[in-house]
Amino acid sequence: MKSPRGTGTSLKNFPLFGPVAAIVFGFLYIPLVFVVGYSFNSNRVVTVWKGFSLEWYADVLTNDDIQRAVINSLRVASISTVLSVIFATGLAIGLLRMARAGKTAAWSLIMAPLVIPEIVFAIGTLALFVQIRFPLGVDAITLAHTAFCIPFALLPIRARLRSVDLAVYEAAADLGANEWVIFRRITLPLLAPGIVAGALLAFIISLDDFIVSYFLAGAGGTTLPVYIFGMIRNAITPGVNALSTLLLLVSVVIVTVSYIIARRKR
Amino acid sequence: MARRSTSGRAGQGTWWAGLPGLAYLVALVLAPLVIIVIFSFLSRAKLGVGVKWEFTVQPYVELFYSESLSGERSFDPTYLQIFFNSVVYSLITALVCLVLSIPIALWIATRPPKWRTLLVFLVTIPFWTSLLIRTYAFVIILNDNGPINGALTGLGILSEPIPMLYTPFATIVGLVYSFLPFMILPIYASAERFDFRLAEAAYDLGATKGRVLMRIVLPAVRPGIIAGLILVFIPALGSFLAPELLGGGKTSMIANVIAAQFGASRNWPFGAALSVMVLVIVMLALVAFAVVARRSSRRGSQQSLESLL
Amino acid sequence: MAATEASALSIRNVSKAFPTPEGGEVKALDDVSLDVADGSFMVLLGPSGCGKTTLLRCIAGLESPDSGEIDLKGTRIDDVPVWKRRVNTVFQSYALFPHMTVTQNVAFGLQMDKLPKGEIAQKVDRSLELVRLTGLGGRRPSQLSGGQQQRVALARALAKEPEVLLLDEPLSALDLKLRRGMQLELKRLQQETHITFVLVTHDQDEAMSMGDRVAVFNEGRIVQVGEPREVYLRPRTRFVADFIGEANIVDVITEGGGAAITGWGAIPGESWAADSPAIGDGRRVAAVRPEDVMLTAGGDGRFPIIDATFIGGDLHAVVQVGDMTLAARQPAADATGLSTGGRCDVAFRAGSLRIVED
Repeated sequence: MKSPRGTGTSLKNFPLFGPVAAIVFGFLYIPLVFVVGYSFNSNRVVTVWKGFSLEWYADVLTNDDIQRAVINSLRVASISTVLSVIFATGLAIGLLRMARAGKTAAWSLIMAPLVIPEIVFAIGTLALFVQIRFPLGVDAITLAHTAFCIPFALLPIRARLRSVDLAVYEAAADLGANEWVIFRRITLPLLAPGIVAGALLAFIISLDDFIVSYFLAGAGGTTLPVYIFGMIRNAITPGVNALSTLLLLVSVVIVTVSYIIARRKR
Repeated sequence: MARRSTSGRAGQGTWWAGLPGLAYLVALVLAPLVIIVIFSFLSRAKLGVGVKWEFTVQPYVELFYSESLSGERSFDPTYLQIFFNSVVYSLITALVCLVLSIPIALWIATRPPKWRTLLVFLVTIPFWTSLLIRTYAFVIILNDNGPINGALTGLGILSEPIPMLYTPFATIVGLVYSFLPFMILPIYASAERFDFRLAEAAYDLGATKGRVLMRIVLPAVRPGIIAGLILVFIPALGSFLAPELLGGGKTSMIANVIAAQFGASRNWPFGAALSVMVLVIVMLALVAFAVVARRSSRRGSQQSLESLL
Repeated sequence: MAATEASALSIRNVSKAFPTPEGGEVKALDDVSLDVADGSFMVLLGPSGCGKTTLLRCIAGLESPDSGEIDLKGTRIDDVPVWKRRVNTVFQSYALFPHMTVTQNVAFGLQMDKLPKGEIAQKVDRSLELVRLTGLGGRRPSQLSGGQQQRVALARALAKEPEVLLLDEPLSALDLKLRRGMQLELKRLQQETHITFVLVTHDQDEAMSMGDRVAVFNEGRIVQVGEPREVYLRPRTRFVADFIGEANIVDVITEGGGAAITGWGAIPGESWAADSPAIGDGRRVAAVRPEDVMLTAGGDGRFPIIDATFIGGDLHAVVQVGDMTLAARQPAADATGLSTGGRCDVAFRAGSLRIVED
């Protein structure tokens, strides 16, 4: 127990906040622990534990449909990552130089995918593609993902850009570099950590997306989350957990790497 | 003119660097929204996919009235009820998130700085994992054979499992779980900037812990609370997965009805009209929150988003 | 101004205004003209917001003047883009490229000139040697101390062998001790390289110790240009007298042919500086340095001493004379009997009063 006299830190503490915080952390993580834990269940019924087994991993990793879904997911995520990072880098630089009114309008457009409920965005894109007769499938998903990955890619790039001393660009110009050389030799290298962090975030946002992919998948565009949704709908086996665990693992690894890169050398 | 253009901004790039991105967003964010609004005033296509280009307000009429086979119109509150339920579930979700978030956000904000970064990161991790999987986790947990019922019956507290899955309760638990980080982070962002010497000054003037919390700390984190309420309420309102997987057929929310119009029901104009209504509610919510918060919430929500990344 | 001396830099009637957030305009430079002799060390001195940095940025090409002309070695440069000017800048924040090593930073400008690799390496070495950083070429800016970063910024700009080197408050980020050292160092560099230096500062000591000439700025205009000693001894305006060193500004009125200070009396002729401007008619102001105000103690003195404090070996005193207060400073040895609350008589040292523009 802390002394009743209280130091600065103990005065800051409010009773019960610590235990409640612990409970909330438990609430955030225990459900995921169950998902992972039951993926090793040898029973067909997920929640009735029979024994430890890796058979479900073997099962899902050798499934042809799942392999196709994984390939679709990776293709969608990689292409929309590249596209969204290119757009976001341009936007980050452009936003810095825009007049106030233009900036406000641009900013609301960029952030719109985060505010509009995803279902509305999904069916709107579906309606658009059907209207212009753009075929549904992997490409349609890629185009839509690019749009809502832009804000996620933009924020770390913008944070990085804003942390750069503006005099650095002036110094480069002063030393004889023109705009293009400055972009290539100063701006891009300085933004690199932000760009990598933004790309990683865009990648998992695309990889994990379900709703937009679900509506735009068409016949051949099943991505991994869409496939998992189908599995949950049909029959829940620990196979769902095994796949989910793999997807969780990818997300956690990527977000951790992104976090480390973004925090380095600030 | 050319003289002024480079003035004071050598090497910093130009505003038109943002044009490709903006053009893309106009094509793939703005255009879909416009199409939705247009579709909501068009007629059903014969085959159900797409629309027939004939102006009508029928989709909006369908929100309130149903038509019997004989063509008679009667008031039908089914969809209004679903809207009402969705708003209520989202409000409950936001409030539960608020109650859970204040203690943890303040607790994290009062840790030593090097711990704070790590703890905030731990809060953000679930946000970056698949929403589908997070929702699925509760399918397992709330199951009749799941760990909660298993433990309660195993310990002899219950003779038979309580049905939890496929109830409004399950939906709300799923929603809270989905969006909790959106509440914790903005409140934390406000609390982190709070100067705790103000609290010390209040203690010095004789205030109790409870009073310091209510009178000093909570007002200071108000922008974070308001931002958090928006950030939880809006996505909760448009949720598809939690009601779909946890609520079963019984507790549909708007998103499920919209999805059905573009799926089995094949009534795109009606689905579009429902979406327009969702957008209207979202905008009303944004305006309401903005009025409550004036400028502080906007700054707060942007900061909270940036703190996510 | 005599055009016999070769000018490195010639600034003619340059004006520059910035829009204010309220929609108005603020004149940063108001019809400024200045000549900088080749191979000299010019200091632009003034309080913050006086326009000195704007002028520097106009010379560098980072801002464009609204009107006027800037010539470098007889060639007009105000319409040449920044990256083509043979002028380089040492920035206040140093603006080192954080992702490059010291060597890469210094080499950057030379690469822009497309020099051969061997020559670049040679020039980089020579520049680092010049600023005494040999051996640190492989470090990143973040691994250097503030003083070392400052030297890298200098080496980077000097490596390009510019016609004029511009220095924007280069010492302001250094602590006092380092700053003294760097002042001497900059002076040495300027003398060794024979490059024309234009340095901006708000610190009068810095200006006095480094500059061959000083241009004093106030509110977008140059109020006085000259050698540091001359500017100190012969301030032309009240602002210069006050900004450089300390000065008492006293109101002077003409009274029956002679001049007088209200509340003190007629000013003896020998008190005036020999080259002080004429008093003319009406009210004028005069400047007098505190060390030229002489106090003599005495119970029947005419003036009350408001404050008397010994600082080091000097007495710093404030005396009430009529409506105004005069600051005085004199060696402790001459200050017997002067104390707070006492009375004294006041005299001005011969040749110390000077009429200045108000």
